[in-house]
Amino acid sequence: MKKAMSEENKPISLTINGSKYSIKADKDTPLLFVLRENIGLCATRYGCGEATCGACTVIIDGQAVMSCDISLGSVTGKSVQTAEGMQAIPNHPLLESFIKHQAGQCGYCLTGILMASKALLEKEPFATRKRIAEVLDSNLCRCGAHARILDAVEEAGKYMRKGL
Amino acid sequence: MVPPSPLANAPHLKHWLRLSEEKELIFFTGRVELGQGNTTALLIMIADELDVLPTSIILETARTDLTPNEGITAGSMSITIGGQTLRWVASALKMQFLEIASERLSVKAKDLSISEGYIFNKGKRTEFSLTDFFDRLDLTKKIVDDANPKTFKERRKSFRDINRIDLESCLFGAPFIHDLKFDGMVYGAPVHPPSTYSRLVDLDLEMLKCRPGVIKVVKNGSFVGIIASTSYHAKNALSWARNNGKWESNIKDPVNHLKILKNLDTKPETVIESRDVNKNSGTWFEIIASRPFIYHGSIGPAAAIAKAEKDKITVFTHSQGVFQLRQAIAKVLNTAEEKICVIHKPGSGCYGHNGADDVAFDAVLMAKSVPGLFLKVVWSRFDEFHSSPMGASMVTKSRALLSANNRLVAFDVELNSTPHTNRPSANYPNLRAAGYLANPISPSRTPDVPVERGGGADRNAIPSYEVGGVRVRKRIIYDTPYRTSALRSLGAYCNVVANEALLDSIAKQIEVEPIAFRLDHTTDPRAREILERLDYETKKDRATSNEEGIGWGIGFARYKGSGGYCAVMVKVHVGDNVIVTDAISVSDVGEAVSSDGVKNQVEGGIIQSISWTLKECVPVDGFSATAASWTDYPILKFSEIPNLRTILIDRPEEKPLGAGEISQGPTGAAIVNAVADAIGMHVTNLPITRDAIISTINGGD
Repeated sequence: MKKAMSEENKPISLTINGSKYSIKADKDTPLLFVLRENIGLCATRYGCGEATCGACTVIIDGQAVMSCDISLGSVTGKSVQTAEGMQAIPNHPLLESFIKHQAGQCGYCLTGILMASKALLEKEPFATRKRIAEVLDSNLCRCGAHARILDAVEEAGKYMRKGL
Repeated sequence: MVPPSPLANAPHLKHWLRLSEEKELIFFTGRVELGQGNTTALLIMIADELDVLPTSIILETARTDLTPNEGITAGSMSITIGGQTLRWVASALKMQFLEIASERLSVKAKDLSISEGYIFNKGKRTEFSLTDFFDRLDLTKKIVDDANPKTFKERRKSFRDINRIDLESCLFGAPFIHDLKFDGMVYGAPVHPPSTYSRLVDLDLEMLKCRPGVIKVVKNGSFVGIIASTSYHAKNALSWARNNGKWESNIKDPVNHLKILKNLDTKPETVIESRDVNKNSGTWFEIIASRPFIYHGSIGPAAAIAKAEKDKITVFTHSQGVFQLRQAIAKVLNTAEEKICVIHKPGSGCYGHNGADDVAFDAVLMAKSVPGLFLKVVWSRFDEFHSSPMGASMVTKSRALLSANNRLVAFDVELNSTPHTNRPSANYPNLRAAGYLANPISPSRTPDVPVERGGGADRNAIPSYEVGGVRVRKRIIYDTPYRTSALRSLGAYCNVVANEALLDSIAKQIEVEPIAFRLDHTTDPRAREILERLDYETKKDRATSNEEGIGWGIGFARYKGSGGYCAVMVKVHVGDNVIVTDAISVSDVGEAVSSDGVKNQVEGGIIQSISWTLKECVPVDGFSATAASWTDYPILKFSEIPNLRTILIDRPEEKPLGAGEISQGPTGAAIVNAVADAIGMHVTNLPITRDAIISTINGGD
């Protein structure tokens, strides 16, 4: 019992946007809440808390994951990318393309879409518009910026392929 | 020129701007950013008038302790009224700068100009910038005494291509009210009864208090609030409370709202009757359209932060009307308004009166029990779907009389609708929790928006054509268990669907091309140009696609009869479901302050309207809306987005008209008409699902 308690309180280590973090929190806490409240990285957004809207999408070891649906305990030792990490790469084709196409209105859904798109294009650099749309079906947008977002991701893909 | 109305109550420069110690020009607006690009457009308007760069000035949006009260940011009036006001403010300021400079330089004011913040004399830059004269400005001067806003020819065209200033922060930053953090902040979760008619019967508050991370439990009547140290703990305690609490409805039989809505037998209220519509002879045609309750469905749920101190309450909110929210809170708490400060912060996209005001009041109720601490409340998705106001359900019956020479000579519209206006105000607080406090202030019957302000349920019931005598009658149905209020375009969506479907079906029956039939009934040159342009842009495609299941349809309206014009043509494919594959639109909003901003709004309106028209219907049972998650309320997805072509007719010489609500009605109508083109029947019982199509084919309602 004692051992279990100390396991409970053991800080959990993980990497976020290249920096190492050691976090003391209940290991069942969804990663989303840890990012927003324990660490203060608020670009990952709460939309539904039940993995149905995609607003909280982050990249974990190369995979797009909804961070409301994964516990802190299960990301121990893993590498997490959030939208804040994009700030360090301001010329990233996705950012440039989203701005060029003015792809967004209220912008609440955008960070999740950006992360989902980044994970997709890094894995499938030749993803077609149809494929992009199919993958982004996990992300909801209510303002109706979809067409611009598809334009932006499709164009970013072209630039990202050039580097290959 | 007539001064914009907000200058009546806030006439002086000091009401609209201040100069910071860092030599910044800070302008105030009573308008708020709803995700529509408002702040960008308003900054462009100020900068253009003052001849500075938009990036060199700051705009503070609505807060009760600082900005003028410009009412609710709604109805596509931000640019038309809010922006025009700021042009007057900037103009008066500019005149004063030039006056001061003329004295300082001993030259005539008419020889002076401003460019990028510098004073120019006969086109040559002087040593002075605007900041040099800040300490000589007299902000007590009356704006109307000095203002002389530019004519359209003097405006800076290049400013119209400026990008959204807030997009980058949305891409990797944290600009939302949800992201605000204060030292020692605690997190609240309201346990709302499942409907406004239900009351708390049993909930073990002692047990609830013992849940992990719970600091305090607040109870007032049937309102229970959980205060916890993190939002995760608050969320878990809320789930426990929902699973272990018991609520009962205080009325026995739920009203069948659809039955009431479809009953057109009781006496309606006459809104307009320009001539006796029943006198002309000819053939009457009729169509009935209906829409269900529609959720706002913002991706980020309603959120607020409040702090209660002795004699002061501070509230951060994404409400559309900070002053109205303050009045409502003051009324329910029986407190003086002056003791409450309400500050706007951007929320997730706002499409009307959503849960923003309700959650702000939840936060205040809880914050009062932890004085001195900031308390944040973010509604759960369940709260969003159960507790926030919905878009009204309505039924519109349109009839038109056709003369022997195929001219419409009378138009008669009759509609039933649940309320489109239940916004909070001093007279009608309409804050959800207020209805079930120990001393409740029940929701009240708020009057519909009058016709002079564009109408509410009857918005756009008058068709945008010359159709002889027009009669519009309505019934506002208050007695339903559901809370409905303003959603983008109010009644215009359903009314435009009904009227445009009727026009379309008449044109088909008399074998006249639908656009030609519309052109036969309008002499307004702006309307004609839009329709002709849309015809031209789509003619070739329409002529070459006539496969099975494919249909084309048009919808047109001038929003509110006095706002922006929009015509939409869609191509649909009717298979197992309806898919919109192409949407081409032509719009005219007068002066487009930000061309791309206007297009973005029109496109967003089209996509949201496709979603409403094809997919959306709030499931209701007994007293309450019952969707628990997005799974129960699908909206349009990326793979269902049509090819869009958005054409904007630029009219810099005309007054700006607003773009956020012009395309919903025309889009819904275009889809109904395109489906009719494909299957031969107008399916007007929205949404156009497979079941609705089968029901229409079988002659059902």
